[in-house]
Amino acid sequence: MRNPQQWELMSTDKIAIQVRGLGKRYRLGETHEVYRTFRDTLATLPAWLRNTSRERRAAKAGGHDPETPPGTFWALRGIDLDVHEGDVLGIVGRNGAGKSTLLKILARITEPTRGRAEIHGRIGSLLEVGTGFHLELSGRENIFLSGAILGMRKAEIRRKFEAIVDFAGVDEFLDTPVKRYSNGMRVRLAFAVAAHLEPEILIVDEVLSVGDAEFQKKCVGKMKDVAGGGRTVLFVSHNMQAVKALCESGILLERGRIVQRGPIADVVEAYLARATAVEPGTPIPPEFHRRYPCDLEVFRVDVLNRHGEPAGFVLMEEPFGLRLHCRARRSRPDYTVNVQFRRDDGLVLGTIGTSYVLDRLEMRDGGVYALTARLKNVFSPGQYSMDVRVAAGPEEIDFVEGIPLTVAPVTAGDELPQREGVVQLRSEWSLEEEDADGAPQGGP
Amino acid sequence: MNQTVDDMPREVHVIEPSRGWMHVHWRELWQYRELFGFLVWRDVKIKYKQTLLGAAWAVLVPLCQMVVFTVLFQRVADFSSDGLPGPLFYIAGLLPWNYFASSITQASNSMVQNAPMLTKIYFPRLMAPATPCAAAFVDFALAFVMLLALTFFYGIVPGASWLLLPVFMALACGAAFGAGSFLAALNVKYRDVRHIVPFLVQLWMFLTVITPYSAVKDALGAWRYVYALNPMAAVVEGTRWALFRHLNGVELLPGRPVAVAPGPPWDLFVLGTAVAVAMLAAGIYYFKRMERTFADIV
Repeated sequence: MRNPQQWELMSTDKIAIQVRGLGKRYRLGETHEVYRTFRDTLATLPAWLRNTSRERRAAKAGGHDPETPPGTFWALRGIDLDVHEGDVLGIVGRNGAGKSTLLKILARITEPTRGRAEIHGRIGSLLEVGTGFHLELSGRENIFLSGAILGMRKAEIRRKFEAIVDFAGVDEFLDTPVKRYSNGMRVRLAFAVAAHLEPEILIVDEVLSVGDAEFQKKCVGKMKDVAGGGRTVLFVSHNMQAVKALCESGILLERGRIVQRGPIADVVEAYLARATAVEPGTPIPPEFHRRYPCDLEVFRVDVLNRHGEPAGFVLMEEPFGLRLHCRARRSRPDYTVNVQFRRDDGLVLGTIGTSYVLDRLEMRDGGVYALTARLKNVFSPGQYSMDVRVAAGPEEIDFVEGIPLTVAPVTAGDELPQREGVVQLRSEWSLEEEDADGAPQGGP
Repeated sequence: MNQTVDDMPREVHVIEPSRGWMHVHWRELWQYRELFGFLVWRDVKIKYKQTLLGAAWAVLVPLCQMVVFTVLFQRVADFSSDGLPGPLFYIAGLLPWNYFASSITQASNSMVQNAPMLTKIYFPRLMAPATPCAAAFVDFALAFVMLLALTFFYGIVPGASWLLLPVFMALACGAAFGAGSFLAALNVKYRDVRHIVPFLVQLWMFLTVITPYSAVKDALGAWRYVYALNPMAAVVEGTRWALFRHLNGVELLPGRPVAVAPGPPWDLFVLGTAVAVAMLAAGIYYFKRMERTFADIV
């Protein structure tokens, strides 16, 4: 651990953001369970009393970490970070690593549980495109409203109004309610307002992943201008190309901690190296779990071929299987496990899971189970990844991201050609002759 | 105003876990006044968007209430109205009451309604329940025009005590904002609030608007002090008193001179104001205490 004084002596630049020992603890379920009614609270009261007394006993016996009471987890822990004026810092990490939590704390949307952050300068955050848009209001009205919500002064919005309208390309529709806009127009207008925000420190989360390719290019260009203009920028994205293009340095977060910091190329490389480390058939290391340990831990995923044997890949158009080996750490009657298939750019191709088919899974404390799924293979040959989501009742309790799935083309000599597209559609065709105006021949 | 950013001293924000009593950052609220203005403007603007009659609703609703109350409570049931014609008596109560009811209903929903904003952007959270309390003044102002028309119809000249009306509206505003921010914070955690509020508002209205305090005094005796704990009773009675005290003894209804209390009913005002101030403090306190977790659970 370096002490804070040393950090300040090391640089001659002015500090923009200084973070020391920052941590955020969530109650399990707090982030997912939407809301409660009094009845829910009453209904869970007996279980809560039972659990807490049991957990208290367990804590006494097992020496629980007093910082992490049962039913809580740290989304972010012990973060030390110095960002100097003019730095463009990329923040990378898998889902649930704590990126968004860090941004939300720095943007003052949520409070930290521990630690301290000091922010020097006017801060603007862009965690979503179109924050504060109201569909009933016109484009013109929304520019002012959204601008004010993002932190611009009225005079400032007036000054930039023309530029915003130009950037969005919606000048003909300024007085039309935004609800009549196409989706693309809405996004363009929203981003245009956000892009003209000129705070000293800008916090950006994933907003470049909207709109069509051309507009995305325009956005990245605009972001480059902002970053090049000497402003401090914190940038979160899953798009490594954009991160590399925009940032000079970066940090890699894993399960709430910074595991690497330095030049952006090194950080991205480390992220990619870690992102592909889980292989089917091998134990899943703790850092791949969003929460570890959790009540139901999926500790290995096997990919099965058509005969139900573990395999390294599956063949195109051949049925295959998944076997999820899990260990329950608490008896519950209502576990669910879902698996999502993604392409490398994040597009979700499909989801399978027990929540769609079976009743909820009943598992007992200490039990080890193999959960097997069989499915038709419609994917075209290529590399995909699978995310495993585990829930207990309404709360998501674990999330394992990025288990690769290889779909291999069927070898030569086989009759089946590979069809173009993400999925292999099977169809049957027939041919009949018609007369000139399209009626079946020989009709009345 | 602010030319170049570099000339200005950098603002410094310290982000730390809050503990204990959370202070309201008055200076920050002042800095965000422009956004507050925009939010109020948005509320007013969208309230009557895509309605046929638009802002006429602000007049129509109290007008209908007034007619029904007059027919039912004055003509049919012959309730006391301190010698005032029914329309005047009821509209004087309905104006501040409708302001309060609309403020508290909207405010209690404000945090949930603005959830997308709460989880994506920082602004002083108290502004969410405060916005409807400010926006509801627009409806009040429109309905007040109707009151002016009515007084003209009855040939009444405004009295000097009309200048006291803002005092009672301030009291209504404080009570609405206090209760509204309490309910808004509670609503984040327990959605039962949205079922409770309409029902609560309805009951509360019957307790407040229908009868003059003189009748309550006669019927309840010493129990009237319990009745007086309702701050809106002070507001409604005070509004009637301020509007019509100069008409005492005038016969607007044949054979029934106006009998509004010549001096203000102090017991009602003192108790009502004390309760309104307590509601305001408690509402803000509870809101600030819950504030740190809003974005996590809303």
